[in-house]
Amino acid sequence: MSLDSARQRQLEALYDRYAELLDDGPLEDWPALFEEECDYRVIPRDNHDQGLPMAIIRCESRGMLMDRVRSVQETIMHEPRYLRHQITNIRGTGRADGGIDAVAHYLVVEVLPDRLPQILSVGRYLSRVVEDGGDLRFAGMRVVYDSVLVPNSIVYPL
Amino acid sequence: MENKPAVTWPTNGVDQVPYGIYTDPALFEQEMHRIFEGDGWAYVGLEAEIPEAGDYLVTLIGRRSVVIARDQQGDIHGFVNRCAHRGVKLCRQNRGNTRFFVCPYHQWSYDAQGNLRGVPFIKGVKGKGGMPEDFERAEHNLPKLAITRQNGVIFASFAAEPPAFEAYLGETNFRYFNRVFDGRPLQLLGYSRQLIPGNWKLMFENIKDPYHASLLHVFLVTFGLFRADQDSQVQMDDSGAHALLISRRGEQKKSDATTDMANLREDFELQDRRLLDPVKEFPDDATVVMQTIWPNLIVQQQSNTLALRQIRPRHAGAFELAWTFFGYADDDEEMTRRRLRQGNLMSAAGLVSADDSEVIKLAQDGISEYPDHTGVVQMGGRGTENENHMVTETAVRAFYAHYRKVMGL
Ligand SMILES: [Fe+2]
Repeated sequence: MSLDSARQRQLEALYDRYAELLDDGPLEDWPALFEEECDYRVIPRDNHDQGLPMAIIRCESRGMLMDRVRSVQETIMHEPRYLRHQITNIRGTGRADGGIDAVAHYLVVEVLPDRLPQILSVGRYLSRVVEDGGDLRFAGMRVVYDSVLVPNSIVYPL
Repeated sequence: MENKPAVTWPTNGVDQVPYGIYTDPALFEQEMHRIFEGDGWAYVGLEAEIPEAGDYLVTLIGRRSVVIARDQQGDIHGFVNRCAHRGVKLCRQNRGNTRFFVCPYHQWSYDAQGNLRGVPFIKGVKGKGGMPEDFERAEHNLPKLAITRQNGVIFASFAAEPPAFEAYLGETNFRYFNRVFDGRPLQLLGYSRQLIPGNWKLMFENIKDPYHASLLHVFLVTFGLFRADQDSQVQMDDSGAHALLISRRGEQKKSDATTDMANLREDFELQDRRLLDPVKEFPDDATVVMQTIWPNLIVQQQSNTLALRQIRPRHAGAFELAWTFFGYADDDEEMTRRRLRQGNLMSAAGLVSADDSEVIKLAQDGISEYPDHTGVVQMGGRGTENENHMVTETAVRAFYAHYRKVMGL
């Protein structure tokens, strides 16, 4: 069941906020876009297509998303970088339980010190979105990236 | 004519390393021949990746693409991924199942042993064309690799007569290899690959260097997974080519060993403790064993995350790190979930391993601007002996003792 235009706009606003928080912060507000019980995975397309479960980031709760955020901010030694998300082709389908199955395309460009911008990752967001207290939130998201090979390290969530 | 490397070693020892070995393109070409096509056994895959007759995988030894295939009898063979006719890459996918490998160009076909089985129009068409009278199919089989299998792990070699695998690893390294690969069938969990802008040897150095682990890896130390004050060993084989770092977990608190680490996060408590929920699974009390096997493999057991990391050099300034994550076929669901969760620490986005890929880039950045200078490798002395502590670079020195011999440097 396709979404009515108000719902579609609400879904797009969720992704806008998602990109804004990851790219410009505050990063610690990003986990609030997810349900307390959630499932966020960044997984190479090779694994996804073959049914192999290994994800390079796997968070099974909002708390685990917070743990990732805090590690990025305080424990992982990394070069400073800017990320810029482009999220397009957002399509939502209504579920019988009132939630939404959503597919979107993404492109993340990374800027490292003294380097030209490079494509860090390209792929799809396969999400399940629910309404919670009037807001839409992600109950689950698979970030399926098309190239199994990534340029050096993925530090921030995609 | 081959370009001559412009690198000389500054001393007779291995406590100093010339930076040219990370940057010189001619030396890199020599390394590919002498090290990756030399006498050693290179890791190429797991049997669990090609369980059925006809299954194959494509991987790299150094920069050479090779096919590892299981034939109809269940035997495993290795051959170069390059048609004997015009040099075209035979396999365009990294995994698959086939009876015959058919070149897309002129459809020469090879069996799972790499033997040439079919050449279209070999006798010509209507009496015209065709291969010369003296063309022998058997003379155009694909160059083959030696293959050895050790408890589910496949190694290959370009050498005509490589040593027995057990003798190659040496007694201690062989014993520890069989600690993780104990004969139980393995379960493939997936892959992750990174292109790291650094010289391939920096990856080996990193895993052979326990000195950095308690300093760089704030996450590891904060949660007590690796600390300089724990009972530990660094053990090499006689050649110095292979090494083991063996250690134990400690606690999340300050001690002598952490006072040198200014940024320990003593107040960092996980909001979801399931992220770190290690259980003992090996008979001994080591909780981390990192093994480096010349010329291209790291075997990782950190708590319950098990992975093979294959080093695939690209050029002097870059290598690919190809991870294969696995567990055991008899793992219950809970154990598999635990391994997958702990995978957050060790992957292309690892809370721990990202420190290493990031620092390797910075090392290459620094070195490549000053290739005529020399690095110091003197923590724990100048020798290459086994040690029972973590404050040492002995395994890095042992690696370079072997490297100098192989490279004639
Ligand atoms: Fe490290």
